[in-house]
Amino acid sequence: MNIHTIADHLNSLADNSDTGMSFDCQPIPGEVDVLQITILGREELPVFVSVTDDQIICISYLWGSDEVKTDCIGAMHESMLEMNIPMPLSSFSKIGDKYVIFGALSIGSNFDDIEHELAVLSNNALEVIDDMSDYLV
Amino acid sequence: MSIFKKIMTAIRGGASEAGEAIIDANATRIFEQEIRDAENHLTKAKRDLTGVMAEQMAAQREVDRLQREITEHEGYAGQALEKGDETLALAVAEKIANLESELATQQQALASFSGNADRLKELVKKSERQVAEHKRQLSMVKTTESVQKATSAITDNFSSSNSKLLSAKDSLERIKAKQQKFDDKMKAAEVLESEDSDTSLAAQLKAAGIGSQDNSANSVLDRIKAKQK
Repeated sequence: MNIHTIADHLNSLADNSDTGMSFDCQPIPGEVDVLQITILGREELPVFVSVTDDQIICISYLWGSDEVKTDCIGAMHESMLEMNIPMPLSSFSKIGDKYVIFGALSIGSNFDDIEHELAVLSNNALEVIDDMSDYLV
Repeated sequence: MSIFKKIMTAIRGGASEAGEAIIDANATRIFEQEIRDAENHLTKAKRDLTGVMAEQMAAQREVDRLQREITEHEGYAGQALEKGDETLALAVAEKIANLESELATQQQALASFSGNADRLKELVKKSERQVAEHKRQLSMVKTTESVQKATSAITDNFSSSNSKLLSAKDSLERIKAKQQKFDDKMKAAEVLESEDSDTSLAAQLKAAGIGSQDNSANSVLDRIKAKQK
């Protein structure tokens, strides 16, 4: 499994995805292969996929530290921690100054698993921003 | 220091800047070599274990055979005594004595093989746990690096394509607006469709002479006449 086989699969799905979502994949050049996946109607919140020796990591960027109301950071962190387990398949993290939501799959996952992961991740991302918007500027 | 702590320290210390490695590449290579060495040892230990277990089984078979033979000869000795042939009984007893000393030797060997096998099994299990643990740690280091490199690729891509990163709230608003537009379209299409079917139904009713008919001059006149009465 690498980002190119994932891209080929998702692009070949067209309107026939099991998740009702249309994916568009664009590889991003760099030291590590990264696949940018945009979902029709949700172009503003792409999912980035990279593949390591043992994992497939799917990341969506939520918001920057600068978007959090200063007096809300503690409360927001607590809410995020509390939501981490109930939220299906995805978890929160922080990369640099960006809060992210991510899911890690075993390298042995099949295409259906990956498609499902991406759909759930995208839904989670939207819902989280909605739910956390009180903490954001 | 645990690998968790190392990674945390490195990220906090600003190694999260693009291009800077969490743990220097040389250390990662040494770690990978250590894992490969451990795996080689493991393979060798497993091979040794197979050999020892084969010898253990052979010794067990030999012990069983000797015990059977001793029981058999004890029977013979008994029979010789019943027939009063003391000399023959003594000869059989000598044979039994030999078998018993052979059995003792084999039992000792069996005990030693079993002990070795148990030790090797423990060792294999321990090594397997260790290799799995090292692999997990290496995976953490490599994943951290991979995510950092991926992040810098994504950041570079965004800044080079001049696409502006929207705030989370703006992104959500836009996506919601798109969804709303889509829903509205669907609803409009539904309304249109139902209107279409309404008009066609009305046309059918009219054609059949059912329901309200067009106001004709005659009907208007009839109405006025009715009022005058």
